[in-house]
Amino acid sequence: MEWVNTILQGILLGGLYAMFAAGLALIFGIMQLVNIAHGDLIVLAAYIALLVTEALGLNPLLSLVIVVPVMALLGYLLQRGLLNRTLGNDLLPPLLVTFGLSVIIQNGLLELFTADSRKLQAGAIEVASIQLGGGLAVGILPLIQFVVAVTVIAALQWLFYHTALGRAFRATSDDQAVAQLVGLDNRHIFALAMALSLAVVAIAGVFLAVRANFDPTIGPARLIFGFEAVIMGGLGSMWGTLVGGIILGVAQTVGAKLDPGWNLLAGHLAFLTVLALRPGGLFPKVQQR
Amino acid sequence: MNVRVEHATPSSRVGLALSALTLVALLAAPLWADRQELRLLAEMYAYVALASLWNLLAGYGGLISVGQQAYVGLGAYLLFALSMLAGVHPLLAIPIAGLVAAIVSLPVAALIFRLRGHYFAIGTWVVAEVFRLLASQVSALQGGSGTSLPADIVLSIAPTRQLREFFIYWIALALMVAVVGGIVLLLRSRYGLALTAIRDNELSARSNGVDVARIKYVIYVLCALGTALVGALVFLQKQRISPDTAFSVNDWTAFVIFITVIGGLGRIEGPIIGTILFFVLRQSFADLGAFYLLMLGAVAIGVMLKAPQGLWGLLVERFGWQMFPLERRLVMNGERTLPGSIRAPTN
Amino acid sequence: MPKPLLEVQALDAYYGDFQALFDVSLSIEEGAITAIIGANGAGKSTLLKCIAGAMPARREAIIFDNQAIGGEPAHRVLARGIALVPEGRRLFPSLTVEENLLIGGQSGRPGPWNLARVYQLFPRLAERAHVLAPALSGGEQQMAAIGRALMSNPRLLLCDEISLGLAPIVIRDIYANLPLLVAEGLSLVVVEQDIVQALRAARQVYCLQKGRVALAGEASALTREKISAAYFGV
Repeated sequence: MEWVNTILQGILLGGLYAMFAAGLALIFGIMQLVNIAHGDLIVLAAYIALLVTEALGLNPLLSLVIVVPVMALLGYLLQRGLLNRTLGNDLLPPLLVTFGLSVIIQNGLLELFTADSRKLQAGAIEVASIQLGGGLAVGILPLIQFVVAVTVIAALQWLFYHTALGRAFRATSDDQAVAQLVGLDNRHIFALAMALSLAVVAIAGVFLAVRANFDPTIGPARLIFGFEAVIMGGLGSMWGTLVGGIILGVAQTVGAKLDPGWNLLAGHLAFLTVLALRPGGLFPKVQQR
Repeated sequence: MNVRVEHATPSSRVGLALSALTLVALLAAPLWADRQELRLLAEMYAYVALASLWNLLAGYGGLISVGQQAYVGLGAYLLFALSMLAGVHPLLAIPIAGLVAAIVSLPVAALIFRLRGHYFAIGTWVVAEVFRLLASQVSALQGGSGTSLPADIVLSIAPTRQLREFFIYWIALALMVAVVGGIVLLLRSRYGLALTAIRDNELSARSNGVDVARIKYVIYVLCALGTALVGALVFLQKQRISPDTAFSVNDWTAFVIFITVIGGLGRIEGPIIGTILFFVLRQSFADLGAFYLLMLGAVAIGVMLKAPQGLWGLLVERFGWQMFPLERRLVMNGERTLPGSIRAPTN
Repeated sequence: MPKPLLEVQALDAYYGDFQALFDVSLSIEEGAITAIIGANGAGKSTLLKCIAGAMPARREAIIFDNQAIGGEPAHRVLARGIALVPEGRRLFPSLTVEENLLIGGQSGRPGPWNLARVYQLFPRLAERAHVLAPALSGGEQQMAAIGRALMSNPRLLLCDEISLGLAPIVIRDIYANLPLLVAEGLSLVVVEQDIVQALRAARQVYCLQKGRVALAGEASALTREKISAAYFGV
C-alpha cells in the first residue's frame, strides 16, 4: 500500500513537472528556441507571487490573477525586444543569450531577495487531504495542481488545433517565409507564443511557491525537470509531456522511498534510460531539427 | 606545377614571435612573481585551456555544451580518488584521471549524441548533474561535504612548499601550452579542414565524404580529456574538493562561455583575450557579488547581439591581426593566391 | 491609357553579392492578365518576390496604386492587396486544406472571396477539406495555393510558375479559371517557363533574360521569332 501511495504522489508531482515542460515544449515547437532561462522565469514568477501576496494580502492561488498577465506581458516584451534578434539558423545566439538571461535573473533575484528560502502559505488547503480508503490519501493541493496541469495541456491542445491563433502558430512554425506572405507578422507571432509560454510558467511558478521552499538558485533544476519531461514524452506532443512528467515524478518519489538522497538521481537515470532506449521519446511526433 | 599550402602571414609571424617572448617570461615567472601572482597566473592558464577546449567543441565542432563541468569535476574527483584511495602519486594521477575521463566520455557521448542542438546542450547539463549527484554519494570521499588532500600526499609533490608551488605553476603553464598548441595543430591538419567544413554546412560536409559523426565523437572525447586534466590540476592546487565546487556551473561553464564569447568564438586567440579581460573585470568588480555576475550576463548578451565575433574578431576586422599561423593560402609556382582563413565564420 | 495598377521602376535585386535583376521596369494593367516569361534563372521569381515584399527593394522601385511600397515587409504588402502564390505551392504541411485556406484569409481584408466561394471555384478542395496538405496531388495543391491567396481578397494576384510539375490537362483546367478571376475585378501577373499557356491567357507580355527585360508587348503582336530571341538571347 505504501508503494501505491508513493506512486500516486509521483503521478501528482508529475503534473507539476508537466507544467514546467509545457511552456518549454510550446516555444521549441514554434520557434525552435530552447529558453535556458525557463526555470529561472518560473522562480521569477514565484517571487512576483510573493510580492503580490505580501502587498495585497491575497491567498497565493488568487495571486495568479495578477501574476499570469504580468508574466505574459513580460514574455511578449522579452521576445519582441530581445529574443527575436537571436533567431536564425545559428544555434549559438539564442542559447547564449538565454544563458546570459538566466545568470541575470538569478543574480537579480539574489540581490533583491537574498538567498533565503521562501515559501508561500496557502492556508489549510496545504494539509487537507482526501482519504481514499485502504490507507491511501491524496493531498488536495497536489490534486488541484494535477488537475490544473491537465487542464492547461488540454487548453493548449485546443488552442493549437481549433483556433486561428493556433493555426498561425503552426503555420509560422512550418514555414516562416510563407507565413509572412499570408499576412502573419512573425515578430508578433513569436512574441505571442512567448507570452503564452510565460503565462504557463506563471501558473507553474505559483504552484511551485506554494508547494515547496524556493530561492533564487533553484531555476536550473526546474529547467532540467521540464526538459527531461519533454524529451521522455516525445517532441511535438503536448500529452507526451504529461506522460513524461509523470514518469519523472514517479521515478523521483520511488527513488526517494528507497533512499532520501536518491530522488534526483533516480529521475535523471529514468531520463537517461528512456534516452538510451527510445531517443525519440515515448510519443514522438516530429524529428528534432 | 608547384603547389604548396602556406600558413603564415606577416602579422602571424609577429604574433608568434611576441607569443614566444611572452612564454619565456611566463616560464621565468617564479623568479619575478610572488605566491599570489603565481596562483593567479595558474588560474588564468586553467581558464585559457578550458575556454580553448570549449571553443573547439562549440565554435568548431558545433557541439554546444553547457555541461563541461562534468569533466572538470570528474577529473578532480579521479585525482583525489587515485591519490587518496589507490595510493597513486598525485602528479601521475593527473594524466591517468584524464585518460579515465576520456574513456567515461565515450558512453556518455553515445547517449547524448541522440539529442540535437539546444536539447543536446541541456543533455550535457543533465550529465553533469548526474556526475555531481553520484559524487555526493561517494562516502569514501565524504560525499556531499567534500574532503581535503591529506598532508602526506601534498608533500609527495615536492619537499618544500615553494617548490610545490613552482611545480604546479609550471605544470599549469605546460598544460595550457599543450592544449592551445594541440588545438592549433589539430586545426592545421586535415581534421581541421573537416571541422571547418562541418561548422559551415554539416550536410555539405557529409556529402563530400567527411565522417561527421566520427569527428564529433573524437572532438568530444578529446575535449573531455583536456577538461579533466585541467580539472585535476586545479583541484590539486586547491587541495580541497566538494561536489558543488567541482561541478559548479558558474565556475566551469558560465565563466568559460563568457570568456569565449567575449574574446571571440571560433578563433584561437579568442579565449586568450577573453581570459585576460575576464580577470581584469574580476579584479575590479568581483566584490560587487551578485551584481557583478549580473553585469557579466548583461555584457555577454550585449556582445552576442552586437559583436558576435568577439573582441579578437573586432581587432582582426580592423587591423588584420593574427597571433597564430592559421591561414591557408595556396602558393602556386611561387605566386600567392587569395587567402582562406581557418577561423570558423560567425553568422 | 489608364494608370497602371503596379509599376516597377528600375528595380535591382541581389542575393548577397550576386545580382539577379538589373534595372527592371514594367507596368501591370488593372483588370488584365500580364505574363512574365523567361528561361530558368532569368529572374522571374525574384521579381515577384520583390513585389510581394519577400525580398528587399528600393522604396520607389515598386509603385502600387500610386504608393511607393518597395521594401515593405510581406505581411504589410498583403494588407495593401498584393498576394503571391509562391513557386512550388508551399502549402503549410501541418495544416489541412481548409486550415490553409482559412489562414489565407486571416488578414481580414474585405472582399468577395471566402471559404464558400473558393470551394465553389475548386470543388475538389471541398472534397479534400480536412486532408493534410502534403497528402494532396500536385494539381490539388496548386488549387489550394491559389485559393489561399484568393482568401486574402487581393487586388493583384501574383502567380509564380503555377504550371510547374502539373499534367497538361490539369494546367489547362487551372488556366481556364483565370479569366473568371479577372472578371471578378482581380488583376493577375502570371510567371511561367512554359510560354504556351501564358501567351494564350495574357494580354501583356514581358520577357526576362538574365535579369533584364528583353521584350515587352501585347501577346497578340509578338511573333515566335521575337519571343525565341528574347527568351534565349540568341
